[in-house]
Amino acid sequence: MGGLFHAAVLFLVAAGLQVVFGVSKIFNLACGSFYALGAYVGVSAVQWFVRAGGPPALFPLPLVAAGLLTGLAGLPVERGLLRFIYDRDESFQLLLTFAVVLMLEDVIRMIWGTAPTSTAGLYLVYGQVQLLGASVPTYNLLVIGASLAIAAGIGWLLTRTATGKIVRAAAENREMAEALGVDMRRVYLGVFTLGSTLGTLGGALVIPSTATMSEMGIELIVEAFAVVVIGGLGSVRGAVAGALVVGILRAVAIAVYPALEMLLVYLIVIGVLLLRPRGLFGRAATA
Amino acid sequence: MSPLGSAALAGSLGAALALPHVLPAYHTTLMLPVMAYGIVLLGLNLLFGYAGLVSFGHALFLALGAYTGAFLTTHTGVRSLEAILLVAAAGAAAVAAPIGALCARYVKIYFGMLTLAFGMVFYTFVLKFYDLTGGDEGMRFARPSLLGRAFADLSKTTYLVGPYYYYSLALLVLAAALMWRIVHSPFGLCLRTVRDNPLKARSLGLSVAGYRWAAFVISAVYAAAGGVLLGAPTGNVDPTLAYWTHSGHLVFMTLLGGFGSFFGPVVGAVVFIYLQDAVMSVFPYWRLVFGAVLAALVLFAPGGLAGLLAPGRRRSAARA
Repeated sequence: MGGLFHAAVLFLVAAGLQVVFGVSKIFNLACGSFYALGAYVGVSAVQWFVRAGGPPALFPLPLVAAGLLTGLAGLPVERGLLRFIYDRDESFQLLLTFAVVLMLEDVIRMIWGTAPTSTAGLYLVYGQVQLLGASVPTYNLLVIGASLAIAAGIGWLLTRTATGKIVRAAAENREMAEALGVDMRRVYLGVFTLGSTLGTLGGALVIPSTATMSEMGIELIVEAFAVVVIGGLGSVRGAVAGALVVGILRAVAIAVYPALEMLLVYLIVIGVLLLRPRGLFGRAATA
Repeated sequence: MSPLGSAALAGSLGAALALPHVLPAYHTTLMLPVMAYGIVLLGLNLLFGYAGLVSFGHALFLALGAYTGAFLTTHTGVRSLEAILLVAAAGAAAVAAPIGALCARYVKIYFGMLTLAFGMVFYTFVLKFYDLTGGDEGMRFARPSLLGRAFADLSKTTYLVGPYYYYSLALLVLAAALMWRIVHSPFGLCLRTVRDNPLKARSLGLSVAGYRWAAFVISAVYAAAGGVLLGAPTGNVDPTLAYWTHSGHLVFMTLLGGFGSFFGPVVGAVVFIYLQDAVMSVFPYWRLVFGAVLAALVLFAPGGLAGLLAPGRRRSAARA
């Protein structure tokens, strides 16, 4: 069950990576940094909420609000940096998002310092439930549910709405979409903000179960990277599958032979890249 | 090389020779990582600048070199730096040969992702296999002997700014001369053809994957040699050397100096190390400053510092 909780959070960040890659073709290394940012803002918001006398049982409210609002940090990053390089070589796009990683890491250190912070006892405020012989914090189930709902929501947005049609058309053929009057600047901006919001929301939701660390962003990005490679670049369905594979594999490896933990995940990543570079659900064969 | 370039090269070499006598010991010791990274980046640039492949996992080979040195000096009696360099180079070539064979089939983002994944496999390995590598505490790198002399009577600083400094410099000059031969050989020319037009290269009968593989292995050997030189002065090697952000820093340094020019990456190493030291002495958040510098480079000066100095070549560097 720990694996599923981890998979749920991982899915959110990876889905953020996927929508941005799917449309803008930029592999956003900074999505892990947005996750860290969401976690830190989430902790601060919850601490403020508790100090202001809010009932502990309502702590998800400030948490989710913090996660959603922090996602807006994607706006200046897209407008100020990324919009200049959509036509450039992939290596430069990757390096620019790496620059954002470096900057956000220190911005977080400047504001919150390096000491870990946490929401202390709130994690178990909803108690635990017995599931298949193990006791699972109810909060984990809430996050898994929320993540599933968000996955369904993104699926609905992309396949059932007019906006989704435009986004998919833009991903498929940018020139044609532009010729038909789609404002690509708005599409890119919207998609990037959606991606960063998924990251910050993931960070905010994970934080009651753990503590913030200044390295959490750069650590998560390599896991999210594993997820999208396994699932297939640019596919939201792939993110679901990849997150499940990585989350469950890690949980199993930790239980059986801890030294293998991430090693196993990376070996699978390499295997997938070599045997099926499109991933389990990818379509575009660009290798 | 142009007369101006030769003059600049001779000037920098003279300055490097005189440096330990002019600068205080602290600033001289900063040159040690510069020269180590210089060797790593000369190799990385064969891949980045000349073959057009961006590796996000090159810290693997750097760390492999550093760990080889640490292992040999602490677990075996080997102290000779020449022997360590040879073992590290052979080890890197042996590891890079199969990895390169797999990676050379891909370009662009897939190449970057695959190298990143291999780099993280190695990182997890050194982190988790505590008995062999010391886990997150790392491993001691005892003082190596140079050309058979142990210099046991010298204090650490005297050793580093004296014999070790000149040893590193000699190795850097040797590595640069060798790389100069490589990129100006028919092999180097073919490598650039493969970068600019793989289809044409193939139709001319060149093995595209073969050239990429050879560049990968050579750059891995350079990275391991640089890694040995980087590990010895600190006396300790730890897993952060193999982490993916370190690979990112390597690419950053190459871009900073300019991947379109032969010596650009070495310039990048000099500027990166001294700028990092200067920024950290006044402001602890060097990543913020360097992130901004990297963003500015990508947006405004993709040719790096070398590209800025030679404006006529900037366009070609940006396209490469």
